[in-house]
Amino acid sequence: MRPALLVVALSALTAVPLGAQSKAKATGVPEIPYDSVPNFIKMPADLYLGESMGVATNSKGHFFVFTRSATTRLFEFDQNGNYVREIGAGNYGFEFAHSVRVDPEDNIWVVDEGTNMVIKFNPAGRVIMVIGHRPEAVAGATTTVNVPVVPAEKYTLGRPTDVAWDQQGNIFVSDGYVNNRVVKYDKNGRFIAQVGSEKAGNGKEQLNLPHGIAVDAKGNVYVADRSNHRLQVFDNDLKFKASYDNIGDSWTVCVSPGPHQYLFTSNSNPNGNGPGTWDITGEIYKMELDGTILGRFGHASKQPGGFQVVHMMDCRNPDQIFVAEIESWRVQKLMLKPQLARTAGTK
Amino acid sequence: MRILQIVLLAGLPAVLGAQQLSFDASTNAVKFSDAAPEGEVAGVATNSKGDIFVYTRTGHPTITIGTARPFAHGGSRLYQFDRTGKFIREIGKDSYGFEVAEQVRVDPQDNVWVVDQMSSMVIKFDANGRVALLLGRKSEAERVPAAPLDAPGRAGRGGGAPGAGQQSDVFQRPSDVAWDAAGNIYVADGLGPNARIAKFDRNGKFIKSWGSKGTANGQFNTVHGIAIDAKGDVYVADAGNKRIQVFDADGNFKSQITNIGTPSALCMTSGPHQYLYSSNSNPPNDIDSGGEIYKLELDGKIAGQFGKAGKSLKEFGTTNAIDCRRESELLIGEIGNWRVQKVMLKK
Repeated sequence: MRPALLVVALSALTAVPLGAQSKAKATGVPEIPYDSVPNFIKMPADLYLGESMGVATNSKGHFFVFTRSATTRLFEFDQNGNYVREIGAGNYGFEFAHSVRVDPEDNIWVVDEGTNMVIKFNPAGRVIMVIGHRPEAVAGATTTVNVPVVPAEKYTLGRPTDVAWDQQGNIFVSDGYVNNRVVKYDKNGRFIAQVGSEKAGNGKEQLNLPHGIAVDAKGNVYVADRSNHRLQVFDNDLKFKASYDNIGDSWTVCVSPGPHQYLFTSNSNPNGNGPGTWDITGEIYKMELDGTILGRFGHASKQPGGFQVVHMMDCRNPDQIFVAEIESWRVQKLMLKPQLARTAGTK
Repeated sequence: MRILQIVLLAGLPAVLGAQQLSFDASTNAVKFSDAAPEGEVAGVATNSKGDIFVYTRTGHPTITIGTARPFAHGGSRLYQFDRTGKFIREIGKDSYGFEVAEQVRVDPQDNVWVVDQMSSMVIKFDANGRVALLLGRKSEAERVPAAPLDAPGRAGRGGGAPGAGQQSDVFQRPSDVAWDAAGNIYVADGLGPNARIAKFDRNGKFIKSWGSKGTANGQFNTVHGIAIDAKGDVYVADAGNKRIQVFDADGNFKSQITNIGTPSALCMTSGPHQYLYSSNSNPPNDIDSGGEIYKLELDGKIAGQFGKAGKSLKEFGTTNAIDCRRESELLIGEIGNWRVQKVMLKK
């Protein structure tokens, strides 16, 4: 009993504070050159992006940005970055944006960590399904935002972070800042399974701030296990498959479509850290699904072309990556170029 | 073995062997739009012309900072659609009393009555959409952090000890409103600690109230819905006690109806043979049990039941309102699924 307690105490002392950054263990990773399309997004007068939490493209090349401005808003742009429209203005579930994703039928899904909701819009922009339930205003404002329901309930999310689907249409939600789990629902929103629980942990089937999620064509589930400084892979039943712990803190993940799928993960660079941290974080890794690192690109910077806390990536085209950044209030479109000297992948 | 039995029973409908009514359903009874965005549908009701009124939790419940007190406003809207589901207009836009929608009902003169759970007000709009009568008063300010919902003496939400069934003309989280043939007004009060029915004359003068917190006849534990038959008997959904209690117009207990799960939304049909609909609504955090709606004879005999909890068509998500102006063509207001579902019962 006593040694166990000691371990707990020690790990508490050495725990990395929230917002701390990790240098990736992988070394000798080849750089992938890229350009950031200059002035890509054209905002109408009197319309601004705030913290850009989510970006996602649909099959027509339009893209959606879920952003924290005075209120949380969802904007649609065309393939050239021209503003098209706003979706869900005044939506009851919009309070604090976290993620937007587009499913294979071009439905638009948003995840809001201020209302604990996942909302599915059809391509016309009308709500067709919701998961989770906004705490009722009649209960008033509380000061506790980080206390999970114990045990975590099937249909109550705790500051959820992201959503993904497999080819059967099953829904996977990373949940989140309060709970520490991934939940699998069927396509009609009925609970099937979960991995992790309300408790954070670093075991194989435990999570500590699951912050992003993606699913490959075989149904395997990739989870950005941010505060565990790793990326966890589960099978379709949410059983452990693999852990990639050499890519720094996995903040967000993306799996590209097509016959040869790639995995992208971002070692993002939040503020609140000392001098020198920009030198060791901010990069995005391109990987094979098995964890082989193919290359890396990007670096911490507030200037265009650099990254200031990448919060979400879109990789529908694995050579054209959209990145949404929290702390630069922007979305960039990156054109990746062929790697000059193809080195052997690093595992 | 005993535990096993209980577990098995918990998953079963409240009544075994009640006749299943076959039905069709659609979700296009009302067409939400950017002018009338979706939200949690707390109330739905029709007028004599077939227009449909929806009181919904939408937009942003907001607390603003004032003179040492935070003030709450917004979060609900009242829409009017025509019989084809086309949006006609909004009523009471930015009303002081619209905070957390709870119910809307239309009286025989086509006045539209709104019950708001957070402002603890009942607001009567005339057929032109102007305020005609107000019951209760909104709390001037909110406490942050919030006071417990069932605390005594919460400002503007009535005073007295919890469960006292206070004799007063102000409410604590009222849930529903109904009228008798003389136009007397009955308010279900409510979801808070009051546990009573308040009766007013047609001009809004407080007459009396009955009930207090408890399980005895004439006592309530969460008063959810109310309906009145042609003779003037009052049917009260006593959700916490899993029964409907029947009273005469003076509040004298007459009978109770049980074995229908947790009665939540009630609706009384008109015509020579009246029926009472009652929903066994699932809570928002559980779609795996309950959810069915009962059709009852006024003596409590079950004529049939239909539906179950879920997010798909012909399933219900936390039913909070039933409109039964037409006995076999119902409108169901769903909090959990953000929609109005039209139910067509087959003969």
